[in-house]
Amino acid sequence: MTVTAEKPLVKIEGLHKFYGPHHVLRGIDMTVRQGEVSVVIGPSGSGKSTMLRCVNLLESISAGRISVGGQLIGYREVNGKLHDLKTKEIAAQRREIGMVFQRFNLFPHKTALQNVMEAPVHVKGQSKAAAQERALELLDRVGLADRSGHYPSQLSGGQQQRVAIARALAMDPELMLFDEPTSALDPELVGDVLNVMKDLAKSGMTMIVVTHEIGFAREVGDTLTFMDGGVVVESGDPREIIANPQHARTKEFLSRVL
Amino acid sequence: MEHHQHGDAPVLNKSVPVRHPGRWISAFIILALVVLFLQSLFTNPNFRWDVVGTYILDVKVVQGVGWTLLLTVTSMVLAIVLAILLAFMRQSDNPVFRWSSWVWVWFFRGTPVYTQLVLWGLISVLYPKISAGVPFGPELFSLDTSAVITATVAAILGLGLNESAYLAEIFRAGLKSVDRGQMEAAEALGMGKTKIMWRIILPQAMRVIVPPTGNETIGMLKTTSLVLAVPFTLDLTFATNALANRTYLPVPLLIVAAIWYLVITSILMVGQHYIEAYYGKGVDNLAPAGKPVAKSARVALSQDGGRSIETDFPEESAR
Repeated sequence: MTVTAEKPLVKIEGLHKFYGPHHVLRGIDMTVRQGEVSVVIGPSGSGKSTMLRCVNLLESISAGRISVGGQLIGYREVNGKLHDLKTKEIAAQRREIGMVFQRFNLFPHKTALQNVMEAPVHVKGQSKAAAQERALELLDRVGLADRSGHYPSQLSGGQQQRVAIARALAMDPELMLFDEPTSALDPELVGDVLNVMKDLAKSGMTMIVVTHEIGFAREVGDTLTFMDGGVVVESGDPREIIANPQHARTKEFLSRVL
Repeated sequence: MEHHQHGDAPVLNKSVPVRHPGRWISAFIILALVVLFLQSLFTNPNFRWDVVGTYILDVKVVQGVGWTLLLTVTSMVLAIVLAILLAFMRQSDNPVFRWSSWVWVWFFRGTPVYTQLVLWGLISVLYPKISAGVPFGPELFSLDTSAVITATVAAILGLGLNESAYLAEIFRAGLKSVDRGQMEAAEALGMGKTKIMWRIILPQAMRVIVPPTGNETIGMLKTTSLVLAVPFTLDLTFATNALANRTYLPVPLLIVAAIWYLVITSILMVGQHYIEAYYGKGVDNLAPAGKPVAKSARVALSQDGGRSIETDFPEESAR
């Protein structure tokens, strides 16, 4: 993948997260440029999902700063002092950031089409006709044009996850977050979801992908970040890191998952 | 092995089913009791079916049905509105809301509905005037309590406020039953709090909320018979009791009341069925879901029986 723009879209600086006394993130620094696919790997409990969830404020930021598109996430800075944003302002920031969850989290009382149309109609205020046209287009793009009238419970895990991707894309986000998107899937359904993500990467979408799919990281990733114990252990070109990890912990992790 | 032959339809097993003599005996006993009871309905003169027939459509009785329905519906609507508010308040980040919601439920659930109805009937003794103004300051307006809180209003307030406490707990349980991921997914799409509640969380919670609320509605139908505590004297139970006292025929008039309560309950149950189907969509009720699935998975089991099993499981057709 060639990175065309050098402009950083996401900047994470000195990010810390505490759950009560538990220090989960211990100073994360990370930059994701426009159009880049940034893959984050690491053992469970390493804080990679927590880091991702901080980017769209599903977790509050204990210390440090995150900015997306030059905009500080969750705060307004006035004379060097941080002020919490209102719920409405946070919602507005989230509209620019799509998220795909491990457990899909489709709305079970709505059909695939209604799931994809929900936010464009009720958040952006698009007309139903326009939203439906675009939703059908997106469902077609993820290979589910013929499943638009199905409820999530009538879809396989892989199909549900692809609807979830279409739902996030319907808001035209400038950044997509993937939180272990294939971890809850049967092995034979993983490929379809990864293919959709590859197409998305090719189309120039900026993506942060937390995953265990080393193959995806090698093939599609522009950068690979290995996290352990709430810190970034190693970061750089995926192919180099996978072939020749510099740190003992990275070596050990890769030897276990490869 | 005949049943494993390829190509041909398998020969179905024809086994001898287990016999259940206990079922036959219990069925016979119950049937006998039912027949005896039905016979008594016709032969026992004390039922006085002629009196039941005379009064079932009596003006006072039908008006009583109307008032009972009115009390049930209005107090349930009041209770549902309050309960949604109370359940949302209980989940709020605002500690004042959480606390007031808790105290409300504690009070109205903690005292008998009969006591509350009597109290609402006596409200004009407690507060002769309703006035609004600044505490310890000037008064803005003032009304006679007895003019505002009539017996009907007192009955509706008494029933509705009491019910709101129970419903608030049902709604709270319903809201809690919705997976956290739903809230997160909606938040990640940039939806506001109110939209998330009304469009995502509440419709799913309703699946859990509707059955016990239907139960409460049917309960309310009969709790309205307590409104003579206010005193409110137009409901079905009071009307039939008054007729019974006048005619010295309590049994047939109790039957009149029972028939009407059963009729209304049956109608409410039909309504509940449709509401449940509506809120079960996508989970219990998959009826209106677009195009048919898995045509290819249709398996003809036997040719002689002509039976076929349709596997409507999309996972199969997805592969």
